[in-house]
Amino acid sequence: MSTATESPKTTADAPKNRGKAPAGERVADWADGRLGIYSLAKANMRKIFPDHWSFLLGEICLYSFVILILTGVYLTLFFVPSMAEVEYHGSFEPMQGLLMSEAYASALDINFEVRGGLLVRQIHHWAALIFVVGIFLHMFRVFFTGAFRKPREVNWLFGFLLLVLAIFTGLTGYSLPDDSLSGIGIRLMEAAILAVPVVGSYLQMFIFGGEFPGHDIIPRFFVTHVLLLPGIMLGLVVAHLILIVYHKHTHYAGPGRTNENVVGYPLLPVYMAKAGGFFFLVFGVITMIAATVTINPIWLLGPYRPDQVSTDAQPDWYLGFSEGLVRMMPGWEWVIPGGYTLNFGLLIPLAVFPAMLAVIGLYPFFESWVTKDKREHHIAQRPRNSPTRTGLGVAWLTAFGVTTIGGGNDLFAVHFNLSINAITWFCRIGFFVLPVLAFFITRRICMGLQRRDRDKVLHGRETGIIKRLPHGEFVEVHQPLPQDQLHVLTSHDQATPMEVGPETDENGVRRRINPVERVRARLSRTYYGEQAQIPKPTSEEYHEITSGHGHH
Amino acid sequence: MKKLSVRRRHPLAAFVVLLLALAATGGLYATLAPADEAQAETSAQSLAIEEGKRLYEVGCSSCHGRGAQGGSDGPSLVGVGAASVDFQVGTGRMPMAQTGPQAPEKPAVYTQAEIDQLAAYIASLGPGPNVPEESAYDPARGDAARGGELFRSNCSQCHNFVGSGGALTNGKEAPSLRDVEPRYIFEAMLTGPQNMPSFPDTTLTEQDKLDIIAWLDEVATSESPSPGGFSLGGYGPVGEGLFAWTFGIGALIAVAVWIGARSTKARKS
Ligand code: HEC
Ligand code: HEC
Ligand code: HEM
Repeated sequence: MSTATESPKTTADAPKNRGKAPAGERVADWADGRLGIYSLAKANMRKIFPDHWSFLLGEICLYSFVILILTGVYLTLFFVPSMAEVEYHGSFEPMQGLLMSEAYASALDINFEVRGGLLVRQIHHWAALIFVVGIFLHMFRVFFTGAFRKPREVNWLFGFLLLVLAIFTGLTGYSLPDDSLSGIGIRLMEAAILAVPVVGSYLQMFIFGGEFPGHDIIPRFFVTHVLLLPGIMLGLVVAHLILIVYHKHTHYAGPGRTNENVVGYPLLPVYMAKAGGFFFLVFGVITMIAATVTINPIWLLGPYRPDQVSTDAQPDWYLGFSEGLVRMMPGWEWVIPGGYTLNFGLLIPLAVFPAMLAVIGLYPFFESWVTKDKREHHIAQRPRNSPTRTGLGVAWLTAFGVTTIGGGNDLFAVHFNLSINAITWFCRIGFFVLPVLAFFITRRICMGLQRRDRDKVLHGRETGIIKRLPHGEFVEVHQPLPQDQLHVLTSHDQATPMEVGPETDENGVRRRINPVERVRARLSRTYYGEQAQIPKPTSEEYHEITSGHGHH
Repeated sequence: MKKLSVRRRHPLAAFVVLLLALAATGGLYATLAPADEAQAETSAQSLAIEEGKRLYEVGCSSCHGRGAQGGSDGPSLVGVGAASVDFQVGTGRMPMAQTGPQAPEKPAVYTQAEIDQLAAYIASLGPGPNVPEESAYDPARGDAARGGELFRSNCSQCHNFVGSGGALTNGKEAPSLRDVEPRYIFEAMLTGPQNMPSFPDTTLTEQDKLDIIAWLDEVATSESPSPGGFSLGGYGPVGEGLFAWTFGIGALIAVAVWIGARSTKARKS
């Protein structure tokens, strides 16, 4: 070991005792002497990472992010972010002689001229889609297990920022090749900016540097896409990971798994080996998809021209909901005195879009405000044990789903032989109604599951064996649960809802109760009240029943 | 002269003269006959019209009315031209089976000969676009690049950039153009079936139409090369998103579960 740096005396002794140290050790010594790696490694090598597949979702994000950076660097070598007009003379026949921007021409060249360019482009785009899918699943894993609670709220915020930045990195990347889908997307963005009252047209001029499309937008998006956003994201990813190491990972309840420890595998060597293997598997799967399935065939889309549009002009999936908001919103317009136009058809989607994202970022703070829960939590909850939160999550997902369907209304119309008008109306109404339904249904289901857990604890598992008693009665044999499962089903704690206190004080005079506190108490009841919690069995109940007076 | 007079007596001379005479009469006939042939053609034509009329009355008049004047269930066909009939019946849209948002394509009910007869009958009712010559829609004569440009300007707003189709209002749709025969592409542009606008030669010249056909022949047939792999139908980002959410993440989660289950027991050291 690298005792050398710690004490000169032992260094002097070392050669005498054991001859020349092996090369690896000397390199380690050298590095440690300059970088102090040992103490860092010692502290972190034995960090424990619990084992559950859903904890690997974050890693899927991490690895797709790495893949995105690697492939993105390659593409940057060949892409020319310029709106200058050129005539195409590459090897793709059906575009011969067309006028197009240099950006589009260089993107075509990446497909057909650059070695491996098409594959790398497809890996990059597939990895981008899968990256955001991964972020979504990871985020909802964290959400539904309550892993965002103290002390992890800040890490939740970092993650949330990563989601938002990932969406905008995707948007800017999608716009770069200047094919007709890119252009149609930028055009919609421009329209939305123009719809902002008062400052809209100034903002538009500021961002585009002139009338649409102008010559600036592609170079600007390029810098944003390859430098600005990925740079910020890289910093955030590192911060996110440091915080995970600092907080340690949550784990699911089980025997010996408490709020004070983490049970799992050490980071080195077991976890690293697994993680390294997983990285290559993720890379492999994404590459396989990219090698066999076309994504964004820009050579078929043609160069963007403001006078051309196409059906199926949608953004990538993670912005489908914003497209849907625009498609669902009736095209209301007010002309207010003075001749200003308020374009609600775009203005309202423009307001709802960030709101739908913002609620994600704010949720942990909302929940801890309602529940007044200031304790640290290191045990991942089972979603059923927090029915209100689970219901809210499903409600959000439902709203997201409805708007996403709205964004693809034309495809759903064609493929399910429906009228596009009917789908749009379904989405308009569904956006308000379905999340509410989803909330209550989910809560019901959670309650049902809690009730079943209670039954399982008290009465054991149904074995399916029917026994006939001497007096003729038939009973099913129930088998008591093993100790570890009992623990899993009963280890969660159940809080009582907050009370605002009596309406009157000790003198019978009406107390002034802050209306905000009333709301809070009301919300607290929805989290911890009777409709959200089945009291878990107490050990008295358990012993009474299992001591076995005629139960079945 | 001597040579000739010797040959005059050749045993085959009479035969040669006969041949020459025959050739001469044949040639004469050929130059004089057109009147007659035209007559034969018109009679064939009127026969076709007769046949077409008969077919029409059985198969079409219930909707389009007697004499194709139009009825409550179908528009007048006077002046729609042979091209329209050839397209509508050839692609199986007509006879329409039931009323709906639009007449869907189905396997053709009539043979090409019968379709020609129907077309002849309808064409006889009033002038309209004719069935095009084969050379008018030969993809090899068009310029695909220029056609792509024209297609994106005139057609992709309904049919999608590679002709994968798209939705119109109230359940109507612009169908996929994949593997549609060049002849029907030409006729569709010429006649503008149902909710499609028509593109007469004043809007898109014959060469423009050829170019568009060449573009579709390049990108929208089963033989079109797909350098990126499976095309997912060419439906753009929605199809890709669905794929990412199913096969993409599905495969990765399967791998994650597999890795999660593959636990070497960490020994205490
Ligand atoms: C069930 C009723 C029905 C029958 C039977 C029917 N059609 Fe039609 N046809 C229609 C309707 C309705 C339209 C108009 C479609 C539209 O525009 O949406 C139409 C349109 C047409 C057109 C296009 C007219 C135009 O403006 O270009 C042609 C040509 C045509 N039919 C020919 C025929 C022929 C030939 C037959 C018989 C083989 C036939 N139809 C049988 C209902 C019918
Ligand atoms: C306003 C939308 C619209 C535009 C623009 C349009 N089409 Fe169409 N097209 C339609 C509709 C709707 C149909 C279906 C008509 C029917 O079923 O009778 C159709 C049918 C067709 C068909 C027949 C497909 C088949 O399966 O038999 C072809 C070919 C076609 N269009 C080509 C074109 C071309 C080429 C252009 C551009 C020059 C074009 N269309 C422009 C709406 C459009
Ligand atoms: C670039 C995108 C992201 C990357 C690379 C990433 C990476 C990771 C990794 C590797 C882990 C540990 C493994 C795991 O729990 O899955 C993790 C945990 C966590 N992530 Fe993310 N993440 C990203 C986005 C997000 C988002 C969008 C959120 C929420 C808004 C989020 C919130 C969290 C939290 C709270 C934890 C701790 C979970 C726990 O300890 O149980 N992350 N992240």
